[in-house]
Amino acid sequence: MANKQAPNSDDKQLVSDTGNTNEQSNIKSAAILGASSALGQAIARQLAEQGHTLYLAARDEVKLDTVEKDLLARGASKVISLVTDFDDIGRHDELVKVIACVDSVYTVYGTLPDQTLCENNWDATMAALQTNFISTVSLLGRLAYEFESRGRGTLIVVSSVAGDRGRKSNYVYGSAKGALSIFSAGLRNRLAGTGVHVLTVKPGFIDTPMTQHLEKKPAVLWVNADKVATDILKAEAAGKNSLYTPWFWRYILLIISHIPEFIFKRLSL
Amino acid sequence: MQPEQAQRAIVPGWRNDIQFPGASPSSKSTDTTMLTEATSVLPFGNGRSYGDSCLNSDGDLIDTCRLDNIIAFDRINGVLTVEPGVAFSDLLQIIVPAGWFLPVTPGTSQITVGGAIANDVHGKNHYRDGTFGCFVVNLTLANSTGLHVCSLSENAELFRATIGGLGLTGIITSATINLMRIHSSDMNVETQVFNSLDEFAEISRPLHESYQYAVAWLDCTANAKSLGRGVFLNANHADNGTLQYGSKHPGLNVPVNFPSRTLNHFSIKAFNQLYFYMQRRNVGKQLQKHYHSYFYPLDAIGQWHRIYGSKGFYQYQFIVPLTEISTMKKILTVIVESGMGSFLAVLKEFGKVSSPGMLSFPREGYCLALDFANRAEKTEQLIARIDGMVANAGGAAYPAKDRLMSATSFEQYFPQLNEFKQHVDPRFASDFWRRVNG
Repeated sequence: MANKQAPNSDDKQLVSDTGNTNEQSNIKSAAILGASSALGQAIARQLAEQGHTLYLAARDEVKLDTVEKDLLARGASKVISLVTDFDDIGRHDELVKVIACVDSVYTVYGTLPDQTLCENNWDATMAALQTNFISTVSLLGRLAYEFESRGRGTLIVVSSVAGDRGRKSNYVYGSAKGALSIFSAGLRNRLAGTGVHVLTVKPGFIDTPMTQHLEKKPAVLWVNADKVATDILKAEAAGKNSLYTPWFWRYILLIISHIPEFIFKRLSL
Repeated sequence: MQPEQAQRAIVPGWRNDIQFPGASPSSKSTDTTMLTEATSVLPFGNGRSYGDSCLNSDGDLIDTCRLDNIIAFDRINGVLTVEPGVAFSDLLQIIVPAGWFLPVTPGTSQITVGGAIANDVHGKNHYRDGTFGCFVVNLTLANSTGLHVCSLSENAELFRATIGGLGLTGIITSATINLMRIHSSDMNVETQVFNSLDEFAEISRPLHESYQYAVAWLDCTANAKSLGRGVFLNANHADNGTLQYGSKHPGLNVPVNFPSRTLNHFSIKAFNQLYFYMQRRNVGKQLQKHYHSYFYPLDAIGQWHRIYGSKGFYQYQFIVPLTEISTMKKILTVIVESGMGSFLAVLKEFGKVSSPGMLSFPREGYCLALDFANRAEKTEQLIARIDGMVANAGGAAYPAKDRLMSATSFEQYFPQLNEFKQHVDPRFASDFWRRVNG
C-alpha cells in the first residue's frame, strides 16, 4: 500500500491538509474501500456533498486521483487517497491502522469473474474468492476489532443478491458474496450491544463498468449506482441490518429462495 | 422511415430503447480505440436534443454518462473544469451553495456540459451575455488524430468549430468554464403583458436595460385582434438571500403516454387562454421565486413529453432579423390558421453578443420556439412552410431542435459552414449531418 498524498502537499503525515477547510468538530469521516468503482464513487460523492472527510482506497492511482479531485470539488472536507491492492492481505494491518479512526467503512470493491472461465480455470476461481470474500473478511475482522475496542463505528458490507442462492450463471461470484453475507451477519450478531453496527447490503443489477458487457435486460431491473448509493446511506442512517436495493429484490429473492431444489436445479436463471 | 425510427428521432433520449453499441468511455479508462477503429461515432450526452442531431443510426453513439467528474472548482474565482457528461443539475448542486451560477442556461437543467457546448446553447439572457460558448475558456478534444487542447489562443479554429459543432469535431473530454457570481438562489420576477407582436417589439428593448433575463410566452392560438398576445417574464438574480440548490428530482411524474389526441386544438387553446389570464393577475407584482422554478419549470414534471402521446412531437425554433417582425406575424397567422397551435411557444429577442462558434445558431433577431404534436405529414408540411418563410426572411433554424432541415436551408442558415466542414472529423457523423451535408 502506498500512501498517495493529495497534490501540492509536502506533508508526510497521513492526514494532509488538502480540502475545504471547515470547523473540525462536527465533520464525519468515512473510508471507502473500492472508491474508484462506480458504486464506491457514488457513495463518496454523496458523503462529499455532506462535507465528510474521506479515506479512499483503490488499486489504480490514476483513477483514484480523478476521484479525489472530483470529491474535493463536490465539497469533501478532506480526501486521503490510499493506493491499495486488497488482495495483498499482508498489508491489511497497515491499511486498517490508517482508516480505523473513521466513523463508517464501506467495503465496495469486488470483481465479477467470468463464470464459464471459472469452470475449468482454478486460478480464476480462487482469485475471485480471494478478492470477493477472503480479503474482505481479513479487513472486516481487523476493523471490527478496532471498532469494538473503541465502542463505536459502522461497517457497511456490500454483498450481492447473487449470494442468496447458487445459480449456474454466476455461482463462483455468488458463493463468495453468499459467504460474505453470512460473515457480516455473524459479525453483526457478535457486535450487537457494543456500539458497533454492521449493515449488509445486497444490491441487484447496477449499470456500471463492471457490468458493461452484460445485456441490460429486463431494463426495469437495472439501476444506476447513484440510486443504490442513496438507498445505502438511507439504510445506514435508519440503523437497518440488511438492505436489498432496489427494494423489489427482497421479494424476487424471497420467491427464488422458495423454489424447491428439484425444480430449481433445472432452471436457467 | 419506420414509425419506430421516426419516434426515436422525435424524442430521442427520453426513451429507454436507445442502444449504445459503442462503449461508454470512462475517465478512468484510457481506451480510445473506438475513435481510431470505428467507422462512424457520435458523442451522446443526455439526449435532450429534440431532433436527430444527437442520433447516429448508421454508426455508434459514445455515451458520455461516465465522463462525469469535476476536475477542479475554483470557488474564489468561479472557474470550473469538468468532464463532458456532468449534467447542469449536478453542477448547480455544487456551484449554487458556493455563490456561483451557470452564466447561460437553457430551459432545462437535464443537459450535459458537452451537449451545451456542442449545441452552443442560449438562455433568457442572450441579449446581455451571449451563448454558453462565450464562457468556455478552453476544452480538450479527442478525435481520430489524438488529443487537442483548444481555446481562442490555441487551436483556435478547432475551438470555434467545436463550439456549436454538434459533436462532429470529436469528443470533448474536459472543458473549463467561467461561472457567474450570485448572492442569492432566488430570482426577482416581474410579469408584463403584451397584446400584439408590435407591442412585444416595443417593450422588449427597454426591458433589456433593467433585466438580465427576459422571455415571453406567446399565445399561439389567439387569432384576429388578439394575435401575438403574450406574457413577458423578466427577472434578475436577487441581491441577497440564501444560496440553496433546488430540487434534483421531479416532484411530479407523467407515468404513461397520454392518448395521442389529448393535446388537440381545443385543449391547447383552453390551456393557452387559461395561462394568459392567470399570468395577467401577476402584472405589476414583483415575485420572489427560486431559480429552479424560473428557469426549469418543466423539469418539475418528469417525462413531461408523454403528454404528447406515443407519437411524440416536433420542436421547431427559428430566428428572424429584427426588421422582420412582419414575417413573425405571418408565421403566427399560418400557425393559428393550421389549428395545430403550439402548446408552448417561447419568444425572445436575441442581442448582438457574438459567439466564437462557427455553427452557432443565436444571432441578433426575434427567436421563437414552438412545439407541435406529431400529426405526421400535416405537421411536417406546416414546419416546412414556416421554414420557407424563415429562409426568405434571412433567418435561421436551430439544429438542436430540428429533424427536417434541408441541405440548402442549412447552408443558407450557417454562412461559416465551409469553414466548419474542414474541422469535421472523418470518423464522426450524425443523422442530422448525413441529411444536411448533402
